[in-house]
Amino acid sequence: MASLVIAEHDNKNLKDATAKTVAAAAQVSTPVHVLVAGSDAGAVAEAAAKLAGVEKVILADDPLYAKLVAEPMEKLILSLAGNYDAILAPATTNGKNFMPRVAAKLDVPQISEILAVENANTFRRPIYAGNAIATVEAAPGKKVITVRTTTFKPVDATGSATIEKIASAGDPGISKFVGEELSKSERPELTSAKIVISGGRGMQSGDNFHMLDKIADKLHAAVGASRAAVDAGFVPNDYQVGQTGKVVAPDLYIAVGISGAIQHLAGMKDSKVIAAINKDEEAPIFQVADYGLVADLFKAVPEMEEELTKLGY
Amino acid sequence: MKVLVPVKRVIDYNVKVRVKADQTGVDLANVKMSMNPFDEISVEEAVRLKEKGKATEVIAVSIGPQQASETIRTALAMGADRGILVKTDGDVEPLAVAKILKAIVEAEQPGLVILGKQAIDDDSNQTGQMLAALLGWPQGTFAHKLELGDTSAQIEREIDGGLQTVEVKLPAIMTVDLRLNEPRYASLPNIMKAKKKPIDEKSPADYGVDVTPRLKVIKVSEPPKRQAGVKVKTVAELLDKLKNEAGVI
Repeated sequence: MASLVIAEHDNKNLKDATAKTVAAAAQVSTPVHVLVAGSDAGAVAEAAAKLAGVEKVILADDPLYAKLVAEPMEKLILSLAGNYDAILAPATTNGKNFMPRVAAKLDVPQISEILAVENANTFRRPIYAGNAIATVEAAPGKKVITVRTTTFKPVDATGSATIEKIASAGDPGISKFVGEELSKSERPELTSAKIVISGGRGMQSGDNFHMLDKIADKLHAAVGASRAAVDAGFVPNDYQVGQTGKVVAPDLYIAVGISGAIQHLAGMKDSKVIAAINKDEEAPIFQVADYGLVADLFKAVPEMEEELTKLGY
Repeated sequence: MKVLVPVKRVIDYNVKVRVKADQTGVDLANVKMSMNPFDEISVEEAVRLKEKGKATEVIAVSIGPQQASETIRTALAMGADRGILVKTDGDVEPLAVAKILKAIVEAEQPGLVILGKQAIDDDSNQTGQMLAALLGWPQGTFAHKLELGDTSAQIEREIDGGLQTVEVKLPAIMTVDLRLNEPRYASLPNIMKAKKKPIDEKSPADYGVDVTPRLKVIKVSEPPKRQAGVKVKTVAELLDKLKNEAGVI
């Protein structure tokens, strides 16, 4: 029949996660339609219309959808669900929030955080924090799926889909958005950055993370952290990479002062290249690192900044 | 207000998981099992609500094998008042769990149900949201902070990029993230007291729920392993490799 992808965006920009989810959807059921629920989100719909393989963009533009609050999103998606045999969203905190509601109302299981589509009914997904991979088969019929976007390549922006506007599906009136505090950063987001530099407990303080900021600025990288560094209060939780934080898979992951606990590895081991700097040569991070440097980070990181300057970064 | 806290018995988070050679699952024989760490945070939050006089009774529910009664005992030792064990053999998927919990909610009429945001075995992150939808209740997922009023609650949530606050009408569902609180260790006297607290035993049939899995697990395999690479001696050598060998900077 068709699949429906729920777009991830901030009402201005379409997030890369959407293009990756479209890639997954195209393997499940075609044609692919994209639902942009937002407020003043016309530009997002236009960006979605350019995604290769998308036949139609459905734009529900209403202040109700400005923050993708779960209860109105459930109602909106259910109002469209009859037309689709697969509904997919990226496994972001938005998708994880509203998609299980949709699945429950449709009386189907949700297939969470798929890594690969084997065929229209069979998917691979991580369990036990990625320490095992389950291949699961769903019964034919409607599917509700969240997509781990690190394993799908985004589709190109070469398409030209039509945009259809629809009205709000109404507010269930049981919840409302109150406010948010977003980390302000000029740098790319952790989950979509090509390069990530992360610090661990070895950083010793939040101030010392500024050393990583300087490298990040030169490499156009995002800054992350291990759970140990977050628990120690060095940086906020949204920096956290790992089983209990974000899962990233950049081209280059630089781990600084991170020992490499299983819980951290679960969040970054799919990175293309891993470099590690740690003064303990026995640190488990070196077992997964392509390039390991046994050194005191307080010497190595400033030196890296100097060397990068010399190289013209 | 009653508070309902579902708790799941899972492989202990410190145990290194091993995939069975026949690829039918992970090896759980003689492996230490514990309460799902996120559920410990739920129990702690519920008990704190009771200590503050905001909750009148904390009920711990577990759906699983007979041994899940130990998980309920842990919750009772932390301060929950009574337990309900819904006995099942084999895996129960989030949707079936949500259906059983819905029936329990309808019988017990709690004002708040607090769940872990996900279980660390199947990593589904679904049950709380599904329960909310089946009940037609609002939800505050991935909670970082709870302010409970008489008719509504403000829940601060951990979202990608920061924190978000939502206001939900009660009754409501909350799923908890790691930083909501630090769960207590049960004291020995409380562990002894917990042995006397009641646990009701039920079956899914008592609630009219079919727990047959809807997803078929075809196989469970090891993730691809990474090989250790090379050690470099200097920062300059590291950057040279990253630039000229790997081509990533």
